[in-house]
Amino acid sequence: MSKAPLPLAEQFQYGLQAPICLTWELTYACNLSCVHCLSSSGRRDPRELTTAECMAVIDELQRMQVFYVNIGGGEPTVRPDFWALVDYATGHDVGVKFSTNGVKITPEIARRLAGRDYVDVQISLDGATPEVNDAVRGRGSYEVALRAMGNLADAGFAGFKISVVMTRHNVGQLEKFKAIADRYGAQLRITRLRPSGRGADVWDELHLHPGQQRELYDWLVAHGTDVLTGDSFFHLSGYGAALPGLGMCGAGRVVCLIDPVGDVYACPFAIHPSFLAGSVRDPDGFAGVWQHSELFSDLRRPQTGGACESCSAFGSCRGGCMAAKFFTGLPLDGPDPECVRGHGEQALAAAAAAPAPRPSPDHSHRTAPHRTGERRPVPLTLLARPPVTGRPPVSACDANPLAGFVPGR
Amino acid sequence: MACAASTEPAGQFDLDAPWQLDAQVRVRPEAFGALLYHFGTRQLSFLKSPALLAVVRSLGAQPSARAACTAAGVQAGDLMRYAHALQTLAASRMICKRETA
Repeated sequence: MSKAPLPLAEQFQYGLQAPICLTWELTYACNLSCVHCLSSSGRRDPRELTTAECMAVIDELQRMQVFYVNIGGGEPTVRPDFWALVDYATGHDVGVKFSTNGVKITPEIARRLAGRDYVDVQISLDGATPEVNDAVRGRGSYEVALRAMGNLADAGFAGFKISVVMTRHNVGQLEKFKAIADRYGAQLRITRLRPSGRGADVWDELHLHPGQQRELYDWLVAHGTDVLTGDSFFHLSGYGAALPGLGMCGAGRVVCLIDPVGDVYACPFAIHPSFLAGSVRDPDGFAGVWQHSELFSDLRRPQTGGACESCSAFGSCRGGCMAAKFFTGLPLDGPDPECVRGHGEQALAAAAAAPAPRPSPDHSHRTAPHRTGERRPVPLTLLARPPVTGRPPVSACDANPLAGFVPGR
Repeated sequence: MACAASTEPAGQFDLDAPWQLDAQVRVRPEAFGALLYHFGTRQLSFLKSPALLAVVRSLGAQPSARAACTAAGVQAGDLMRYAHALQTLAASRMICKRETA
């Protein structure tokens, strides 16, 4: 330490031997149809990795010393081999944190989980009240999530996570979320809504207003490391003091995504051919993709801040989230669509003429999900797409907000 | 052996005690230093220099943390910075005092 080492974030820009952690979505199948699902999940993909293939990936992660994975989906617990895979991973020095809507967290499962050192559970909840939650995640999902939390708490599972995607409808409930977490002895995790997956369809309707971003930033600063953020709000550090975390986009540098069919993407919010680095089914497996893919090598070269470089906030916000820019049609070397200096709004206006890239693939249920929220304005425009030939026109009176929804191509 | 919760007051790392890496901690060397992961607390830490990694790795084989620093070539003038880094690791249970026979 005789000479001062570079700040970690700067060193991480050039990539690591293996990801710090990675997100692994085990299935596209899900019992819910959340309107903002970042992986457009719903239906299982017939090409999903088999149990043996998943175990081979875990063996590889162990060899690479990837110490833990964030398992998600879809709803990962609906895979019949889910608990066997969790046991296999933790038996091979790969810790597991899995995200669930709680549907399978019975009292018995909760007791089983409470006895494990290497397993962490994250229950998704997008409203501190049933009305706000169920409008996004589907009818009855609030009750399911709270029942799962109760089962975990009763089993003595301390410090599980409650994960909230921040929207303009739930940002006013931060204190209520905190109270729920405190009630169950859980830790609150607040993450950013991205225009990824089906989130692209609802982003305009749900993303935070500028004033709400400020409110959130102040609240996060006040709560410090008590509240987790998955480092997802580093673009807000442009307001002032940096939020806890690495404060950088880790895509392809320190994180990545393995999707249910084994495709490796730069980050969980960038499921699109432009960010596809390879597949765990490639001859050199996941390690080959991580270490040698052209895309990841590109991401690890020094990046230019483009239009942002002259901004005094660039040192802290680093230009924001790559996926948020991509799926709103903004250039990757320009401002984040939610730039705290307001440059994103100008960029969005300038980019409005050209269509933004569509997230793909799409595994949404072909039937419309259950929605509630009748007492709130029903966002009829949020899934508006050009009329598709061969389908009946959607009536303006159709109360179903997903009327006319066609899975993207 | 797993670490008990640290009882060290902040900033007062006992350089002359024998220390070790917690049995539930795994180490992954990287160009910048290393990644540490504690499977019990599920916490991740970064060692921000290869020299600090050398110190941490040799703790268990050296009679004291001071000896581990010396063996890794830490200069006297840098010792307090290393003690501070080790204190941070002790506070998060990545390293713990070793029972001597």
